Amino acid sequence: MAHTGIASTQQYNYEIIKKFAVMALVWGLLGMAAGVYIASELAWPFLNFDIPQITFGRLRPVHTTLVIFGFGGSALFATSYYVVQRTCQTRLYSDWMAAFTFWGWQLAIGLGALSYMFGYTQSREYAEFEWPIDLLIAVTWVVYLALYVQTLRRRSQPHIYVANWFYMAFILATAILHIFNNLAVPVGLFSLKSYSLFSGVQDAMTQWWYGHNAVGFFLTAAFLGMMYYFVPKQAGRPVYSYRLSIVHFWALSFLYMWVGAHHLHWTALPDWTSTLAATFSIMLLLPSWGGMINGIMTLSGAWDKLRTDPIMLFLITALSFYGMSTFEGPLMSLKSVNALSHYTDWTIGHVHSGALGWVAMVSFGSFYHMVPRLYDTRIYSTRLVYVHFWLATIGILLYITAMWVAGIFQGLMLRSFDDYGNLAYTFVETVAFLHEPYVVRALGGAFFLSGVVVMAYNVFMTVRQSRVEAAEIEAKLAAKLARA
Amino acid sequence: MAEWIQWLGQFENSKILALLLFFVAFCGILIYVYAGKTRSQRLESYKFIPLQDDEQDLDADSGEEEDNGRHES
Repeated sequence: MAHTGIASTQQYNYEIIKKFAVMALVWGLLGMAAGVYIASELAWPFLNFDIPQITFGRLRPVHTTLVIFGFGGSALFATSYYVVQRTCQTRLYSDWMAAFTFWGWQLAIGLGALSYMFGYTQSREYAEFEWPIDLLIAVTWVVYLALYVQTLRRRSQPHIYVANWFYMAFILATAILHIFNNLAVPVGLFSLKSYSLFSGVQDAMTQWWYGHNAVGFFLTAAFLGMMYYFVPKQAGRPVYSYRLSIVHFWALSFLYMWVGAHHLHWTALPDWTSTLAATFSIMLLLPSWGGMINGIMTLSGAWDKLRTDPIMLFLITALSFYGMSTFEGPLMSLKSVNALSHYTDWTIGHVHSGALGWVAMVSFGSFYHMVPRLYDTRIYSTRLVYVHFWLATIGILLYITAMWVAGIFQGLMLRSFDDYGNLAYTFVETVAFLHEPYVVRALGGAFFLSGVVVMAYNVFMTVRQSRVEAAEIEAKLAAKLARA
Repeated sequence: MAEWIQWLGQFENSKILALLLFFVAFCGILIYVYAGKTRSQRLESYKFIPLQDDEQDLDADSGEEEDNGRHES
């Protein structure tokens, strides 16, 4: 049975969580602003202004790094430290180790973004950091792993709650992926450049083994950890089935590692590898939907909360997008569908339905639950949470529908032939067609970004409100003491 | 010994073997999780862990116990 005795004098390290939460919002704002800007550059190329540092090629990795690692990574550090302390009923093992992970991670993100703008990149997707920054990340990550494991070891609760399993899988898998994908020989000790240990199709395979598992373990497993804690907490009822969460964990962990090669259909990759990846992608639908159903059914018998609780709206909508994008992913991994979808904007739409709909929405919901508790107050404005929810939802819908239209038509145009067997459209005709969907996409991004601005304001006012409340309590106490 | 390793080194053998091992492991997990009433009850009892800190907070609000989550050192 679950242990119920809790040491009442035990105190948690909330300072580190506050720092990571604030930085998640800062990187989120910067990264999403960069995203809207580069989306606008594709619609209106004059926005490049012939300034190399802000051209699409350099700002794109800035966008992906800031939103995935800056926003997503900091949100994961924050929530994992919150969840592990509250479910293990113990304080983090070491305050200095926690502070080290904060400064190491923020330094890596900041240096990475600046280096990309000045043209320094190792050109590996979602792993563009040059080797010295990779080393900094590796050291930071090992400290994170040690801190997490040591905190689990000193738990007051005999059982390790399933959310922590997902966080542990994320930490372990990310360490393995980061180290192997970045194996490289530096040109010199004082040079930022390096040569990868891999080449040719093995290099492509390594990159997508890393790339898709970054999606699987960084952007999925870890955020499922978030979901398994914050959905039950916000709903005020336990997760629908704990046994299903165990099966979900093992099936997801096992299947994800095999699917990366579906990014390389119809290339020099051996056909059997491609088929294997597609097969595992289809199988992945089962645990993904099992987890989604487990999360959504947690609200079973309390569906009315969706009418009254905007945080629940964020969390359940996130799970719905999780279900939708984990259906779309296996569909796109089929070789015949991939022949149409690959190298088109459909892929971009798919990524963003997962990144905005699932990752960002579940983070927003979790933050709205967690931040007031960190500061021992209530959220400043529930109405603004609703405003944020609708701005985000409209933004995502505009974004993904625009990219579906762009991608499917682009794919159809690129493989159309006339009666004589010649290509029916020139490449530039496909580019001209894309202009309108690109405008709609930029508009969708602007909606989503404005939602985050509203959230940042709401969080800022919440923190300010907590300080005012604390000052009032102190003044009352002082007055009481003076009277005594 | 060397022959055994050689046999394992061939993809047509190792792929099937790996598939069998993983499939059996997965079936084992399923049986472990769903078979046995007592074990099922024990596993399901763990789902209340996140809600236990609510009890802690409520205790603190009612002054019975010091809150360990909402204030830091």
